Amino acid sequence: MPILTKDEAFALLKKVLSYSKADECEVNLNGTDSGNIRYARNSVSTSGKISQAQLVVSSSYGKKSGVATINEFDDASLEKVVRRSEELAMLAPENPEYVSFLGPQKYAEPITFVPATAAITPKLRSDLVAASLQVAKEAKAVAAGFLEDNNGYSAMMNSKGLFAYNTSTNTNFSITVRTEDGRGSGYATRGYNDVTKLDTKRATQIATEKAVKSAEAKAIEPGKYTVILEPAAVAVLLERLFFGLDARQADEGRSFLSKAGGGTKLGDKLVDERVNIYSDPLNPELPTSTWNGDGRPLEKVSWIEKGVVKNLTYSRYWAEKKGVKAIPGPDGAIMEGGTKSLEELIAGTKKGVLVTRLWYIRDVDPQTLLLTGLTRDGTFYIENGKIQYPIKNFRFNESPVIMLNNLEELGKVERTVSVESNANYLLPPLKIRDFTFSSLSDAV
Amino acid sequence: MKRRDFIYLSGLGAAASMLPGIPLMGNPIDPSRALETVDVALKKQLADVALNAARSKGATYTDVRIGRYLNQFVVTREDKVQNIVNTESYGMGIRVIANGSWGFAAIDKMDKDNIAKAAEQAVAIAKENARLLTEPVRLAPQKGYGEVSWKAPIEKNSFQVPIKEKVDLLLSVNDAAMKAGADYINSILFMVNEQKYFASTDGSYIDQDVHRIWPAFFATKIDKTTGKFETRNSLSAPMGMGYEYLYARPQDKIAGVTTLYKGRYDMLEDAKAAGAQAGEKLKAKSVEPGKYDLILDPSHLWLTIHESTGHPTELDRVLGYEANFAGTSFLTLDKWASKNFQYGSKLVNIVADKTQVGSLGAVGYDDEGVGCGQWDIVKEGILVNYQTIRDQAHMLGLTASQGCCYADNWSSVQFQRMPNISLQPGKEKRSIDDIIKGVEKGIYIIGDGSFSIDQQRYNFQFGGQLYYEIKNGKIVGMLRDVAYQANTKEFWNSCTAIADQSDYRLGGSFFDGKGQPSQSSAVSHGSSTARFNGVNVINTGRTI
Repeated sequence: MPILTKDEAFALLKKVLSYSKADECEVNLNGTDSGNIRYARNSVSTSGKISQAQLVVSSSYGKKSGVATINEFDDASLEKVVRRSEELAMLAPENPEYVSFLGPQKYAEPITFVPATAAITPKLRSDLVAASLQVAKEAKAVAAGFLEDNNGYSAMMNSKGLFAYNTSTNTNFSITVRTEDGRGSGYATRGYNDVTKLDTKRATQIATEKAVKSAEAKAIEPGKYTVILEPAAVAVLLERLFFGLDARQADEGRSFLSKAGGGTKLGDKLVDERVNIYSDPLNPELPTSTWNGDGRPLEKVSWIEKGVVKNLTYSRYWAEKKGVKAIPGPDGAIMEGGTKSLEELIAGTKKGVLVTRLWYIRDVDPQTLLLTGLTRDGTFYIENGKIQYPIKNFRFNESPVIMLNNLEELGKVERTVSVESNANYLLPPLKIRDFTFSSLSDAV
Repeated sequence: MKRRDFIYLSGLGAAASMLPGIPLMGNPIDPSRALETVDVALKKQLADVALNAARSKGATYTDVRIGRYLNQFVVTREDKVQNIVNTESYGMGIRVIANGSWGFAAIDKMDKDNIAKAAEQAVAIAKENARLLTEPVRLAPQKGYGEVSWKAPIEKNSFQVPIKEKVDLLLSVNDAAMKAGADYINSILFMVNEQKYFASTDGSYIDQDVHRIWPAFFATKIDKTTGKFETRNSLSAPMGMGYEYLYARPQDKIAGVTTLYKGRYDMLEDAKAAGAQAGEKLKAKSVEPGKYDLILDPSHLWLTIHESTGHPTELDRVLGYEANFAGTSFLTLDKWASKNFQYGSKLVNIVADKTQVGSLGAVGYDDEGVGCGQWDIVKEGILVNYQTIRDQAHMLGLTASQGCCYADNWSSVQFQRMPNISLQPGKEKRSIDDIIKGVEKGIYIIGDGSFSIDQQRYNFQFGGQLYYEIKNGKIVGMLRDVAYQANTKEFWNSCTAIADQSDYRLGGSFFDGKGQPSQSSAVSHGSSTARFNGVNVINTGRTI
């Protein structure tokens, strides 16, 4: 099924709703065309193209609801899927936390669709990868990378008059370059809505440089160090904080945002006062959808302002129970930065460790948001404002909350991709004191 | 579907943060539809359209997978059913070799024209990418099996069990945990049925029916005055079984400091224990960091085996195919070729097995039409083999694939995935108590917790669910804030005792992530309780 226009989606959803006999009915429709190339050992390994579409119908009788989906779009199939969701609703137990569907909403016009990305051909993908491979081969290094692109639309309509529509494109690229002897490794990642911004050659040059420079790593003692975390490393730590903003968990006393004696840290100073974190669907560097899956508008929201927790995310049920606005979770987050480049942050560091990337991040203690993981693909020792030599990788045990209290400096913001969740963020490199490295790793 | 969409759909909330990465789940459907199957003759017809279309466009090899992936989740918290989700994902993936290069296309509308178009696209992608090859794909030879089938030997199809029975079980589990002291509990039943059809130009037409189940809960106790909280997760294992896994018999239980389960699981009994133990964890003594002898229960050890033996012996990692994401491996080919690389102590025997009954990885044939079997990975401590698939077998000098190819969906490209990898039980008669008796200063760890390992699988850190302090051969109380860190080779060489066959149990991962785009697979790891001497234990307690 091709990507539907707003008018086509409206007409199709209207037709689906016309079959409904339930108290309430809501229909979600989405479709994607995606493509990818994967390469390793300086050679392409797998590559593919995937097309999918689905229609999801939710019907409700009182507090009982049922969901059914289909990927056929003729009239008989559309009616069948509505009937099936109604049958399921009648069989379902009552959900005391059921909340009636939303009525009509106002959404900002999203800026997530870029025609050039939607028009990617197998040849363009292949050209982008060829440019990357050439850099590695010329350096007599070994490249492994992944390029993927998505072109999709989503729409929803319900029996209370809500209608929403969005198209979006994105492309993510990541590259690891290793020296032939396997003693050095470097990494770079890029994410854009607009593929014309993607420079696979430049990203591969950065990864290659890191690989070559990291080859003669020395072991230094684990312990507390001042670190400069590049944005890709910042992303995987801070997203654990973004994912943990749920008000209900905090209210129930089982979150790092819960307080001794009850209550939450909403309104409390949690981290250094230079920390400002927000989301903005209309940011031109990180545009996201302007509505979420249950039809709520996604707006600009401040999460942490001058170090103070300004907002938490709410399900519609929990917001209704608490009598507050049901702010949905963000689809991408932005942290304000400073004016310094990464090089300037290094130049201002007496002793420290430069971290390119962090890997295998897992929660150790949800109470303190203590995380563990390792440095990877380019870890360097800094002394007197200069990178002195590559060092062996470390395991860390650190909490992003503690880390943001130990903030020294923020650099210039750039768009980056989390290797853990694939989500895109706008984040600065961060200089942090007393970052806890707990052991050495022999891994390259 | 992204992980957060799944979390939204399942209403998991707090529990989701304790789960590993969640894969693509497919589309919600009516539960009754899960009992329908697709006629094999129709699947053969559709597959032949793809095979012929690809061949006519210049493919020298083609395989087609028609997959119907069914999932059911029942999600509850305390006294509420949060969600009942039935999903189906049905479609076709076509993989070809043309001009020596792989190409792939996947579609969910399987009419003849669309299939032919997809086959053509797969060939076009392969031809376009051929210029990026350093050498053409070399497939290990594989005979065609003709028309064959394989079915998981389950006793009760989970999808035939009424929703009400599942809801009632989870609500009574929640009630038991709350009565025993928990303040909150999330519980979930995951059920999976993969109906997979494979056809290839080698002349195989393979129809398979795979079942998996995972009951799990997360029981939390809160101390309101201090603001501290602790969670005790279920000690269940995900299994390649039907609903019979939840019908525990007396012979499936192992008595001890807490009841452990073997082959079948008593969820209600475990929830009752968990409700009390969440409270005990809050009051437990914070661990003194240092070296301890660790006694690791199979409900914990499976994850250490998975991360430190399973992943580094994946040949694609060793060769560098996963360098950009999961990483490479310290178990390089020279170590294997030397025939004397001491991976572990002499007690350590590790076997790969795709046929183990009740395991998550059991199938008749892998996802590129290779019949499955078992082989040694580590023999008396020495690394002797890896895990591989058709296009990499020749790099080990093998003339046949080991049958380790898997795709998590029709829309995903199949690639090398881990078979069940298990530590063999000790040959001498030895019980858990026998092992504990000999320990002067140790910690007995039950259940899996936090886990992290580097990209070449040297340095790892693991937590658990229950930590019991051992002093002079006796369990003296519970500990908290425990995690151990080790180097893989040092750890396995410190293995000094393994309980016998009577203690052998399976653990496993329902959602093991690998590849780009990331795919998940399910895999089991068996062991008996084992002892590891002098392992470094850290204290994970912090204040914010």
